Amino acid sequence: MLILECPCCGITAEETEFHGGGEAHLKRFGPDSEDKDFENYLFMRENPKGVHFERWRHNNGCGKWFHAARCTMTLEVFGTYSAQTYEPPKALCDAISAKRPGWSWGAFS
Amino acid sequence: MSTRLATGGRLLNKSKALNFSFNGTTLKGFEGDTLASALLANDQVLMGRSFKYHRPRGVVASGAEEPNGLVNLGEGGKFEPNQRVTTTELFDGLKAKSQNHWPSLEFDVGAVNAKLSRFMPAGFYYKMFIHPRSFWKHVYEPIIRHAAGLGAAPKDRDADTYEHFYAFCDVLIVGGGIAGLQAAKAAGATGAKVILVEQTAHLGGRAPVDGGMVKGQSVADFITATVADLEAMDNVTVRTRMMGSGVYDHGYVLGYERLTDHAPEMTGPRHRLWRIRAAQTITATGAIERPLSFAGNDIPGVMLASAVRDYAVNFGVSSGDRTVVVTNNDDAYRTAIALKHAGLDVPAILDARPAGTDSDLMTQAKALGIRIMMGHGIATVKGGKRVTGVEVCAQAGEGAVLEEIVCDAVAMSGGWSPVVHLWSHCGGKLTWDDTQASFRPDPNRPPLGDRGQAFVRAAGSANGETTLNAVLSDATACGAAAAKAAGFKSKAAKAPTADEPTERAMIPVWLMPQGAGYKLRSKTWLDYQNDVKVSDVQLAAQEGFTSVEHAKRYTTLGMATDQGKLSNINGLAILSDALNQPIPQTGTTTFRPPYTPISMGSIGGEARGDVFQPIRRTPMYDWHEANGADWEPVGQWRRPYAYVRDGETVHDAVMRETKNTRENLGLLDASTLGKLIVKGPDAGKFLDMMYTNMMSTLKVGKCRYGLMCSENGFLIDDGVVARVSEDKFLCHTTTGGAETIHGHMEEWLQTEWWDWDVYVANVTEQYAQVAVVGPNARKALEALGGMDLSAEALGFMEWADGTLGGFDVRAYRISFSGELSYEIAVPASQGQAFWDALVKVGADLGAMPYGTECLHILRAEKGFIMIGDETDGTVIPQDLGLHWAISKKKDDFLGKRAQQREHMVSDERWKLVGLETVDGSTLPDGAYAVGEGTNANGQRNMIGRVTSSYHSPNLDRGIAMGLVLHGPSRMGEVITFPGTDGKDYQAKIVNAVFYDPEGEKQNV
Repeated sequence: MLILECPCCGITAEETEFHGGGEAHLKRFGPDSEDKDFENYLFMRENPKGVHFERWRHNNGCGKWFHAARCTMTLEVFGTYSAQTYEPPKALCDAISAKRPGWSWGAFS
Repeated sequence: MSTRLATGGRLLNKSKALNFSFNGTTLKGFEGDTLASALLANDQVLMGRSFKYHRPRGVVASGAEEPNGLVNLGEGGKFEPNQRVTTTELFDGLKAKSQNHWPSLEFDVGAVNAKLSRFMPAGFYYKMFIHPRSFWKHVYEPIIRHAAGLGAAPKDRDADTYEHFYAFCDVLIVGGGIAGLQAAKAAGATGAKVILVEQTAHLGGRAPVDGGMVKGQSVADFITATVADLEAMDNVTVRTRMMGSGVYDHGYVLGYERLTDHAPEMTGPRHRLWRIRAAQTITATGAIERPLSFAGNDIPGVMLASAVRDYAVNFGVSSGDRTVVVTNNDDAYRTAIALKHAGLDVPAILDARPAGTDSDLMTQAKALGIRIMMGHGIATVKGGKRVTGVEVCAQAGEGAVLEEIVCDAVAMSGGWSPVVHLWSHCGGKLTWDDTQASFRPDPNRPPLGDRGQAFVRAAGSANGETTLNAVLSDATACGAAAAKAAGFKSKAAKAPTADEPTERAMIPVWLMPQGAGYKLRSKTWLDYQNDVKVSDVQLAAQEGFTSVEHAKRYTTLGMATDQGKLSNINGLAILSDALNQPIPQTGTTTFRPPYTPISMGSIGGEARGDVFQPIRRTPMYDWHEANGADWEPVGQWRRPYAYVRDGETVHDAVMRETKNTRENLGLLDASTLGKLIVKGPDAGKFLDMMYTNMMSTLKVGKCRYGLMCSENGFLIDDGVVARVSEDKFLCHTTTGGAETIHGHMEEWLQTEWWDWDVYVANVTEQYAQVAVVGPNARKALEALGGMDLSAEALGFMEWADGTLGGFDVRAYRISFSGELSYEIAVPASQGQAFWDALVKVGADLGAMPYGTECLHILRAEKGFIMIGDETDGTVIPQDLGLHWAISKKKDDFLGKRAQQREHMVSDERWKLVGLETVDGSTLPDGAYAVGEGTNANGQRNMIGRVTSSYHSPNLDRGIAMGLVLHGPSRMGEVITFPGTDGKDYQAKIVNAVFYDPEGEKQNV
């Protein structure tokens, strides 16, 4: 059972207090989009062995959504941050790159 | 024979004799016995039968790793199958029965399987039962089902209680042997909060049995002193009878405490599941002795050398009068020496190692006059239900018998494997240790925590250490290091030193004799419980199951309730040999929690019966209960299905309520409907995205029925939206949908349109809501008086605030029945009083309360859809003919893009229609309609299905709705629905509005 820190209320809590919401930073495609773009948005997801960005909701707490950067192999949590952003904070990306040499935001293996 | 000795038994209280029964026979034991030691003391060596061949089986081990000694324990509500005799503490009145035999333990018909074992090799079931295909269902499956299963399933409700307990600590130590105690002392000295758990009732583990001196004291005295030291530390908690069951992500550990298993007369919960968060966990779980692989190694009387020693020293029980010891290491010599000291006969030690320099233990054994045969092993064990002798051979050869030794027990030792389970549960990796021929934890690849830090450490024999000195110094260092990692400073901890005999190195022996032929290998057991032999694993390798995970599943090696604690390493050594590759290359199968089976009750904890889940009750719940409510669970809510009067069936009540609502007046408790307030400058714009309809144009004072879709386009909820003011809407959701739809709205507001000014509040429980339905609805409300509810003042799909009978109300004129209908909301605290007032004024107007089934029939008569009946997560509004509720003026709403996809606009999608049986009967709900031809699998083509079906008392016939291929263009056509009762139902496709198609009744 993971431990996560909710960046909205600052509480560090057990996984049972949260609810996972899949991959973070998806771009929504609406009515005028191409089939391919819409299909990617709706169905295609990254499944990396390593650094992953996820959406979580503190649903048995403050109720807010937030994002977490986590290693799917070791379960290390690099950090959590606001869901109201289009990409992860630079400081977090730098910290991950330092721990996982060769890693960069947006490049999945 | 096995019997109680005059001396020994350090764990027994011989002043307290206990009675217990085994297969109906009353036997005697002592306080401190396990069921295993008490059975052995009564010469009951045969304890069960194996799973596949029903071979006679006796106890082989003395601890949690026991594969053979499984019994049905207790009776009635306290019955439990598959209890290990070695971990069952004896108590007065214990009742045990053996398993897996018919008709009796002594004489078992299934044992004929063993005679056929040559014809039932690995994969037998896969190979044998595939042809002919039709035999599977009628012949093979019933026979296999009869034979399958271990023990009997409990029939009665569990009479015991269970609980969960939460704990937090800096250092958790699993295992209360000498290593765990020493680590606890080192960690506790730093001031860290320490919890130590030990699965048995005793601290100290096997060290007192194995002997040696520490700091000039006996090991037993040293342990007593260490335990006293720990008891004096306020920051250290020690729990016995508590197993570390599993290690999970980020330092979460489950502990399984057995509180009353040993003393059923005690009150309180039987088991307690500890949910522990530990900064650091130390696994001091010890090691398990491996069996040796020789022919007949499963015959009752063949036991692990350590177990034979445990029974003698701990319980004062001899496993046999004459015990042959067979080994590849020095440790088994301790057993021979202990037996000699107990006055028992050890005719020989068969040591597979070549002759060489004698170690201290070998010298001691020789001094006791024991015959030691170096380079020798067992060719085969003689006996059936009990060992009668062994045939001795050279380990190096093919098993030519050199001599036969008469004996009634065999003590075997193939070396020791560290218990690495808890280390491995959360990703800890292993490394192969050539000197001990075992896997041990690799300290460079530990399980990692939330910050990437190591959070599990192994100590003592669990870490692969084998001598007392090494164990003590490893445990001391480990305890200090764990405390430091948890943030506690420590002075350099000094490990106590021990005096112990020198030992000669072991050599790996995976098969005895080394060149054993097929005949011997096919009688050489690896997995005792699942009957897997050396020859089976070799066959699996030969047939191409080269991955250890595949070979495990093909042969069932290690898949029994003991999860291969004895068999895994031996099995993968045989597999590696067959594949001609080193053992580390073969690797191990995955270790998964729990370490040993834990009770289902402990997992459930307190959550059973009334507190299984929270029940939600409306303010009028007690009135419903007092007036005959037949309850229906709807999510966590309880709603009256119908109000049953004396002399009525539930069906009668539903029919009466349905007719009365159309003819007079019905009252429905609609409080469970979800009520969400959506407020803010952008509320209209937001609801335009949430609903398929245009909500931003709704006038204040008006209501609109809305549909809500997921981004996939599928219908997820519906309900009436009322505009309360320019910037405030009240959205009704389905009964089960309030929380999920609230969550759905929050998700989009927080993660996509976070710059929109909108707030959502769930006020479902703040209001009681009553639907007043039927021709007399207006009269009843007018009798209460206080506001104008005339057709002119409050039109259809309008709402108004006012008072009725002195209550502050909000009245919605909406209808889910096609009748003249109002839904009146009052503050929840007024709900019961308002309901009482309505019942009172309604008495002269034919008012009756009605339940959810009546509600369903009324809406179905009008062709109104119900989320969850007409929808199932694959249905879009267009399938249901709800085009009118989908705005064409909006650029975007959730689901719009998806509803443009090729499959969503296909003519082949099944569409909603009404269905009328030709004979007036009621269609089976969920039935499928069949069309012409067959599909690729030879099944009849499906052309539709029933989504709702009821008997309508108002029309006096069955009515139904369904989704049918090309349905709307097939009006009048009759299609066939085969029922599960074997009958074919013929139904005509009709308009889904069965009752009052012009809608005159609601517009009065």
